[in-house]
Amino acid sequence: MWKWLHPYAKTEATYQLCCRLYPWFMISGCATLLVGSIWGLMYAPADYQQGDSFRIIYIHVPSAILSMSTYAAMAVAAFIGLVWQIRTAYMAMVAIAPVGAVMTFIALFTGAAWGKPMWGTWWVWDARLTSELVLLFLYLGVISLYKAFDDKLQAGKAAGVMALIGVINLPIIHYSVEWWNTLHQGATISKFARPKIANEMLWPLLINLLGLALFIGAMCIKRLQNEVLRRELHRPWVVQLLTKEQENNNAL
Amino acid sequence: MSAPLVAVFQRDIALAFRRRAELLQPLIFFVLVITLFPLGVGPGPEMLQKIGPGVIWVAAILSSLLGMERLFRDDFLDGSLEQLMLADVPMYLVALVKVGVHWLTSIVPLVLLSPLLALFLNLTVDMYWALLLTLVLGTPLLSLVGAVAVGLTVGLPKSGVLLALLLLPVFVPLLIFATAAVEAASFQQPYSAHLGFIGAMLLLSLALAPAAIAYALRVSQS
Repeated sequence: MWKWLHPYAKTEATYQLCCRLYPWFMISGCATLLVGSIWGLMYAPADYQQGDSFRIIYIHVPSAILSMSTYAAMAVAAFIGLVWQIRTAYMAMVAIAPVGAVMTFIALFTGAAWGKPMWGTWWVWDARLTSELVLLFLYLGVISLYKAFDDKLQAGKAAGVMALIGVINLPIIHYSVEWWNTLHQGATISKFARPKIANEMLWPLLINLLGLALFIGAMCIKRLQNEVLRRELHRPWVVQLLTKEQENNNAL
Repeated sequence: MSAPLVAVFQRDIALAFRRRAELLQPLIFFVLVITLFPLGVGPGPEMLQKIGPGVIWVAAILSSLLGMERLFRDDFLDGSLEQLMLADVPMYLVALVKVGVHWLTSIVPLVLLSPLLALFLNLTVDMYWALLLTLVLGTPLLSLVGAVAVGLTVGLPKSGVLLALLLLPVFVPLLIFATAAVEAASFQQPYSAHLGFIGAMLLLSLALAPAAIAYALRVSQS
C-alpha cells in the first residue's frame, strides 16, 4: 500500500489526484443528497408521535455522525503526518478541520431547532449535546492553533499533536458526559442491533448519510487543492498552471 | 535518578522560589474567584454546599492556567531549553521533572489551601475528604496535559488565551469525574469508581504526555 501512497507525498501528484477525484465526489454527493432529502422530506411517512417535525432527522443525524468521523479522518491525517513526516498529510488535516467544524455546528443547530418543539427547550445539558459542543471546541482549538503560527510546517505539526490529543480524549469525554446526565433519546441506528426505525424512514436516512459523506469528501478535496496551491505558489508547476488558467480566461 | 535530572530539579525549584510573587498570584486569584461565588449567587449555606465542589474545581483549573506558561516560557526565551535538548539526557525525562516541579510549586499550594475553601463553601467533612482526594489525584493531570499545550505554544508571542482554548475542552472529563465524586460523598455514597477513573486518566497521561511534551518542544524550537 505504501508503494501506492508514496507518490502523493509530492504536492503535484496530490493536486492531480484531487482534480481527478473532485467531480466524482461532488456529482455523486449532490445527487444522493438530493434523492435522500426529497425522499425523506416529502415521501417518507410522518412519525406517529412527532409528526412532520421528525424530518429534521435527515439532516441532523448524518451531520452529527459525520462530524465525529470527520474528526477521526483529521486525526488519521495528523498521525500520518507526524509519523511518516508527509507534508501533504498536514495539508489534508488543515483542509478537513473547518469542514468538520461546520458539520458539528450544523448538528448542534439542527439539534436545537428539533429540541424546541420536542423537548420545549433550545438547549439542555444532555450528554450528547455536551460532547458535540466539546467536539466543536476541539475543532476550533486545532484550527486556531494552526492559524497562530507563521511557519506553516511548524503549524501543521503543532495542530497535529493537538488533534491527536483530542482523539484520545473524545471517547473519554463522550462516556463521562454520558454518565453525567442523559436525556437524549437513544441511538436510532446502530450497527449491532436491529434499527428501531421503520424501513421507509430508514432508507432516506442512510442515503443522506452516504450523500453527506461524499459531499464532505468533495469539500475536503477542494480545500486540499486550494491549500496545495496556496502553499506551493512559487513552484514552477503552480506558476505554469496559473498562467495557463489566465490565458484561458483572456481567450474567453 | 541521574545527575543532570537532579540538577534540573534543583534549578527549577530554586528559580520558582526566587520569584515568590509569581507563585502567589495564581493562589490569590484562586481564593478571589471562590470568594466571588457566594457574593454572586447568595450566601445560603445549602446553595453553597451544592455548587461548592464545582466552583472549587473550576477555579483550580482556571488558576492553574494562569501559571502554566511559566513551565517553559523563560527557559525558551533565554535559550536554556535548547541547551537541555542538546544535553545527553532524554528530553521526556527532563520534561517530566519540569512538570513535577511545576506541580509541586504551583499546584500543591492550591491543594493545601483547600480546607479553607471548604469552610468558605460550607462543605461537609465527607465532601472535603473526597475533594482532597480528587485534587491530589487530578491536579497532576492538569500539569501534565497543560505542559503539552504549553510546549506547543511556547514559541508564539501571545499564547495565554490560545492556551485556555486548547486546554479547557480537554479538562472536561476530569471536572465531571471530580465533581461527581464529591457529590457522591455528600450523599454518603462510595466514590471509589470516580477516583478510579481519575487515576486511570492520570496513568494514561503519565504514559503519553512526556513523549508528547518532548515532541512539542522540539517542534517549537525548530
